[in-house]
Formats: sequence, C-alpha cells, structure tokens
Amino acid sequence: MVDLKIDLNGLELKNPVMTASGTFGYGEEFMDFFDISRLGGVMVKGTTLEHREGNAYPRMAETPQGMLNAVGLQNKGVHYFAEHIYPRIKDYGTHMFVNVSGSKIEDYIKTAEVVNDLEHIPGIELNISCPNVKEGGMAFGTSCPSAVAVVEAVRKVYKKHLMVKLSPNVTNIAEIGAAVEGAGADSISLINTLLGMAIDAKTRKPILSTITGGLSGPAVKPIALRMVWQVAQAVKVPIVGMGGIMNTTDAIEFMLAGASAIQVGTANFIDPCVTDKIVVGLEQYCQENGFSKVSDLIGAMEV
Amino acid sequence: MKKYIDDFKVIKNERLNYEYVILTLQHPGQMPEMMPGQFVEVRVDNGPNTFLRRPISIHDVDMEANTMKLLVQEIGDGTRLMGQLKEGDNCNLVYPLGNSFSLPEKKRVLLVGGGCGIAPLLYMGRHLVANGIEPQFLLGARTQEGLIAMDAFSELGQLYTTTEDGSHGTKGFVIHHPVMRTQSPEIDQIYTCGPEAMMKVVAKYAKNHGIKCEVSLENHMACGFGACLCCVADTLDGHKCTCTDGPVFDSTYLKW
Repeated sequence: MVDLKIDLNGLELKNPVMTASGTFGYGEEFMDFFDISRLGGVMVKGTTLEHREGNAYPRMAETPQGMLNAVGLQNKGVHYFAEHIYPRIKDYGTHMFVNVSGSKIEDYIKTAEVVNDLEHIPGIELNISCPNVKEGGMAFGTSCPSAVAVVEAVRKVYKKHLMVKLSPNVTNIAEIGAAVEGAGADSISLINTLLGMAIDAKTRKPILSTITGGLSGPAVKPIALRMVWQVAQAVKVPIVGMGGIMNTTDAIEFMLAGASAIQVGTANFIDPCVTDKIVVGLEQYCQENGFSKVSDLIGAMEV
Repeated sequence: MKKYIDDFKVIKNERLNYEYVILTLQHPGQMPEMMPGQFVEVRVDNGPNTFLRRPISIHDVDMEANTMKLLVQEIGDGTRLMGQLKEGDNCNLVYPLGNSFSLPEKKRVLLVGGGCGIAPLLYMGRHLVANGIEPQFLLGARTQEGLIAMDAFSELGQLYTTTEDGSHGTKGFVIHHPVMRTQSPEIDQIYTCGPEAMMKVVAKYAKNHGIKCEVSLENHMACGFGACLCCVADTLDGHKCTCTDGPVFDSTYLKW
C-alpha cells in the first residue's frame, strides 16, 4: 500500500496530481469521464475581479508537439464565481483551488479577498504569468520587484494557501522564485506557457488574433523540467511542477526534479481521463520501485 | 447528454475521391444515442505534426448496427492520417459533443450544405424523415467531383446541386440556385453547414425572407467539451463556445 499523500506546506493533498488552470474548466466538464474526487486538486479557470470576454477568435494554433493559446482569461468575474459556480463545485471531494489574475495590484487584492471568504476553497494560485492579456498578467511575473509587490499585497489579505505561478519568459527563474518565496508564497507553481507565435504561410497572416500566444504541451517539457529543478535549488517552499506532462512518466520526472505535486494541462484536451491514469500510474511506479511514499520521489533525482 | 470516450473499430474506409473518405466506425457494445448536428473528437496519433484531436461531424448513425459514419475531407496532416485508417484499426473518440439541430416548427425545410459541410446534413435529413418531414437539400461544391454522397441524400428527399464550374446542377454558388432566387420561397426553416462565407449569405437570405435559420460552425478547437475556451463564436451574449453552446446556432444569435 503506497502512501500517495503530499504535504503542500501544511495543506494535505490526497495525491500529487492536480489539473492546470484553463485546461479543466470548473471540473464539471470532466465528470462524465471519471470521478474527479480522485485527484489531489483541481485548479479552476483564471478568475479576475471583473467579467472578461477574452480575446477574439482564433485563439489557438496546433504546433509540433504542442499548441498555442490566446484565450485571454475569459471568465465571468470573481463575484459571479462566488455566487453561481462555487456552490456547485465546493463539494466535489477534492481541493478546488482558484487561479487569480488581474491587471492591477488592487484587482488581485480584491479578487483574493472574495475568494478568501469561500470556506471550501483551500487556496489560490496567483497568476502573475499570463502571456495573453494586454495589461498586468505576465508583466508582474517577469521582474522581481513587481512580483514581490503583488505577492506581498495579496499575502496581507489572503489567509489560506497562497501558491504563486511563475512565468518561464524570464532570464533567471530561480531569482523570481526566491523573491516570491520571500514575499510570502506558500508554494510555487511553474511553468505557465512560453510566449510563442504561429504564421500561416498560405495566407501570410498570423494564426492567432493576438499574433502571439502561450505555448504548451510536450514541446515545452524539457524547459519546464529544467526550470522546476532550478527553482527547487533556490527555495524551501514546495513546488508544483507543470509543462507538457502527458503521462505518469512525465509526472515522475517533475517530482524527481523537485516538484512536490504536478499539474496536468494540455493533455486533458487529448485524453480527458489522463489525470486519473496518472494517479494510478504513480502508485504502480512506487510499488514497482520500492517507494512506500510517493513523497519520497520529490527531488530524488540521482546526479 | 452524457459524454463518452471509447475505442471504435474501423469497419470500412470508403474512398470517394482524391480528398474525401467515409469512415464507418463500430462501437464495441451498445452505442449511445447521438443527435444530428453533434460531432466527435477523433484521436490522431503518430503524426509528427498532429497533437490535438480532430473535431468531425457525425455524418450518419445506424443504431442497430452500432455504427456511425464520418465524412472526412483530407485537408491537413490529421485528416490525412484519418484517411489512411484501415479496416480493423482502432479509432478513439470522445463523443457525442455539442448541441444539435432543432426540429422545425413547420414542415417546409431546406438543408443547405457546401463542401465538407454537407456532413451533418445527411443525419439531420434522416432525423427529419423519421419525424414525418420531407427535407429538400441544396448542396454545393467547386466541381462535380466534390459533390459526394448524392445517392444517400436523394433517397431522403428532393436534391438540388450547384457547382462553381457548372459541371453538375446549377452553375455558381448555392445562393445562385433557383430555389434561393425566388422572392416568395416556400420554405419555413433552413439548416446550413459549410464555408462561413456561404453560411453568411444563406443566413442573410433567410433573414430577408423571415425564414428561421440554423447554422453549424466549424471553429478550431482544442478539447471539444468546453474546457479550453478556444473555439468561441461572437454572439449577442458575448463569446460562446462552439463546442458546447454550438456547433449549431440560430443565425440571428451570431454577430455576423
């Protein structure tokens, strides 16, 4: 019997498998496929203070071993979430985290305050790394002072688990990781998407309405793995790793690099049951390799 | 409707011409009910440039044989791989997805399709006949070769065709066909699927004549079930997902 539990800085996850924001809706979209209460956690769609329509269509482009998206945080706003969506999802039997985003520090604060009052939401993921919005988003996560400013401000009002999601579009991610840890993050998740673009040679036009978008999928995995490993060397708080995880082996690699938990994103679009398969696969890997606890895999890469 | 993920078996791959195939897929057990206008997401593996599933309209359904047909136009790497599927191959589907065409309030119905957009109209035609309605079809293509499954359509109702080069039916686009030129059309409802430019013209015609019109969109999508929010259409209520709020929309609901 393998112990799959993970201690995420005082918050217990039943296993390390979570879903990534913007790839799993509010969980409801997946219920026909499997019992989502089997997951360690679900990260609901990026939520902002006000309703957002997001970017114009087209919002996606398939790329070799990946995809670009430019959704632009389409959501109905945190008040709508609290009134209409939260009551439906609060008893799903797994930790429902809310991904919080904004254009201004005050927006982050106000959104976090609303979520703070939702009893069954154990934590938020502060999105300082969205590449698809004109203002804010990634701009906060690409320099230490601005990352620190937004994390410190939210830390003052948000009393539960504060996860901070880092952008890979930086020169030194370990530095940003250490900075947000110092500003009060309880855990650090990475990576958000890499800024990319796609052009249609036939029409000589950009494929995305926004020209650039966020790259995800297996194409980014080696970069994500490297960044998780670098941040793991630089901080003490737990790390939630993501970036192109398609299967159990990928998930194990992220844990070996130093992640305490993992998030699965783009793979949900191709196999809506993939997260459930990874939960089963992790247990099997531990059994076959003599690990009594899955947490023994964290940072266990042998150099 | 409940969604499923299952391995179907390819029992037939019928090549119609250089760019179209019809795949007949069999469910391993009792196939769940599917509605006309709905689609499936086909897993396409082993391609160097294919990563996401491909959304494909349900072309026809045979509940007794537990089979469905997909009309596939080979326009990219993913659809070309689908065109190479052989009898006995597995084909993994997430299905049935999206909403469906509604039944008309009155009986005089015209289904207008262009290119691969004719795909969902066959199953809709069958559904209409089962509900005591005799459909009329107006199908357009660039050339005679692009007009496919004509026998199946003509079995269900009156069939009109147009081709851009005049090699079959009326020369021109569907909008040039006499059935859409009359000032007092004897039509109560139009269903259309095909290139967006064609659907816009058809929708405008319907609006001008006070005819109810449902259009089926083919926006690019990643997931097909409302998780990625990539396939949005611009509607009177803002961005709506083509995969869950559509693919069928009342034409007056779209900001066209």
